Amino acid sequence: MDSDTILAQLQPIFQDILDQPDLVITRQSNAQNVEDWDSLAHVNLVTAIERHFKVKFALAELQGLKDVGDMIELIQRKLSQK
Amino acid sequence: MPIDPRTIELLGPDDLLLKRRRLVRELRGTGGRRELRVAVLGGSTTNEVVDFLEVLLLASGFDPVFYQSEYGRFYEDAVQDPTALIDFRPEIVYLHTSYRNVVAFPPVASTEEQHQTQLARELERFREIWRSIHDRIGCQIIQNNFELPPYALLGNLDTVASGGRSRFLLDLNAAFAADVRANPRLLIQDLHGISSRIGLDRWFDWNRWFSYKILYSPEGTLALARSLNAMIRAIYGKSRKVLLLDLDNTLWGGVIGDDGVDKIQIGRETPLAEAYTAFQEYCALMRQRGVLLAVCSKNDEAIAKGGFEHPDSVLKLTDFSAFKANWEPKHENLIQAAGELNLGVDSFVFVDDNPAERAIVEAQVPGVAVPDVGSEVSGFISLLDRGRYFEAVSLSKEDFDRAAMYANRSEQIALQSKFANYGEYLDSLVMAAEIDAFQPVYMDRITQLTNKTNQFNLTTRRYTLAEMESIAHDSSYVTLYGRLKDRFGDNGLVTVIVGRQEDTALHLDLWLMSCRVLKREMELAVLDTLVERAQKAGLNSLVGYYIPTSKNGMVADHYRNLGFEQLGSEEGTTAWKLDLAGYQKRNKHIQVSGKNHG
Repeated sequence: MDSDTILAQLQPIFQDILDQPDLVITRQSNAQNVEDWDSLAHVNLVTAIERHFKVKFALAELQGLKDVGDMIELIQRKLSQK
Repeated sequence: MPIDPRTIELLGPDDLLLKRRRLVRELRGTGGRRELRVAVLGGSTTNEVVDFLEVLLLASGFDPVFYQSEYGRFYEDAVQDPTALIDFRPEIVYLHTSYRNVVAFPPVASTEEQHQTQLARELERFREIWRSIHDRIGCQIIQNNFELPPYALLGNLDTVASGGRSRFLLDLNAAFAADVRANPRLLIQDLHGISSRIGLDRWFDWNRWFSYKILYSPEGTLALARSLNAMIRAIYGKSRKVLLLDLDNTLWGGVIGDDGVDKIQIGRETPLAEAYTAFQEYCALMRQRGVLLAVCSKNDEAIAKGGFEHPDSVLKLTDFSAFKANWEPKHENLIQAAGELNLGVDSFVFVDDNPAERAIVEAQVPGVAVPDVGSEVSGFISLLDRGRYFEAVSLSKEDFDRAAMYANRSEQIALQSKFANYGEYLDSLVMAAEIDAFQPVYMDRITQLTNKTNQFNLTTRRYTLAEMESIAHDSSYVTLYGRLKDRFGDNGLVTVIVGRQEDTALHLDLWLMSCRVLKREMELAVLDTLVERAQKAGLNSLVGYYIPTSKNGMVADHYRNLGFEQLGSEEGTTAWKLDLAGYQKRNKHIQVSGKNHG
């Protein structure tokens, strides 16, 4: 799956979880520059993303995530390993 | 698009994770909700449990407000520093603990004596929590028991050896259950059963545990929240009461009108017949535990009834409290059955293999539960079980006798027509009532009746057992319960009154009666006793209130009919007054006694 497709599939997940229908995330989006992306929302985001793409992130992989770009790369890697 | 609360009950973990905030925002905006204060004291991160529970409680008509302990501080919050918890004024405290919160596991090389010592120690730690909450707050406590550990260190011996953790948790669960049997303010949530049905490998989620200290998978958390929602609904009298069943391809295989009674699938001859027999056996057990059975089928009545004369039919015609077999639409039959049984349609769970019938009933009768049972009879039981429709907080003798009482009533309706006047009919019933102040032995039943009665209920106030007990001990209240027997049997405890003394008047916070004994003039017998007790307490008037709801229209004129004068009305609520000077006894047909202290 190419990274644009992954980003497009992430949009509704972020919109739903954060309850912001007009939210548009970019590769640079992170917990600091997106409203309401707090630690509780983060847990929900990771859980929903894992379930959507049917992947399971390793503990070490979760620790290194800085922004949506990192998340997209990680998803891409996990999908290619399947 | 508006949200139908019934579909929320059926949402899976993915939908809930994604739509939760929106659902909460939209549901919070709808009115007519009862505030419910729930404290969750957790041994792990409780946010996801609370998130899911919030949506489910909103769908159940509550307006929940939550308190959560700091991570893992369930013991400290309850025992050492309960100020914040007390200030929150919870109505329910939920103790959400897992096997990880057990501190007294014996060593692997434990002796049997050590096992027992450690078990007593662990039990005492939890008793300390329950006692502290009970003494300082006195509210309802829900404590979950424990799942089995994620690994069995000793293999099969883990449930046998003195040092086995599986054994320790199973023994601890049995000890919790024994405590609960002796303490009605404590309820057990059966985490062991819930986790087993999901499977321990799907129950625990280790990545989420190590990353966020959430121990369970979203599926696990949702199962837990659903069961908790069902328990809370039961505490507040919102459990269902009737299983309304289709016949063809639901209670037996085949179409009896086409195939004939000899050809329907029931009994032990084929796998399909065995599966229908198993479902009938399940229904028979439901009836034994107090769930009423009723039929709603598109059929010729005589032919439909013939199905229960099949030699292999587990259910007999007399097992049904209402029988609707005709060609009218099913939703109309459901409403009629509700009328005959004097129950609201929201007491019904409708089971039909035909999706078109399910859809029309669901659309036409708001409030009825219509689980998607599919069309495969072998799956009916687990789908019904999963819905937790008939959750109870306690089981009383009334529950076990209920089906028999409803069966008797149809005989009474037949009998009634033979008398010259209504008084003659009432006398023929040879009614005897026991009316007295609340007694410890009846507190469970009084609370249960109070929380489930919707129709003959002047104020529809709900009380927890703890609140009822404190009222019973408070001398500024006059309380009454009434039991009624007649020649057909014992109707059990059927009416409850709570009066609060203020100056020289007794204000009736609560007056309710089971519809089982409507039109028996039981309310007159109760009024006589109430007036007598009020006068004895030096009071000179009764003040009653009627708070209208969608269900209690039948008592709108209750106080007027008893000769009270209207004082005024505010937002639909009316207030009524009865001067006690010169009161004449009203009851003519019921023999009344106080509590039989024998």
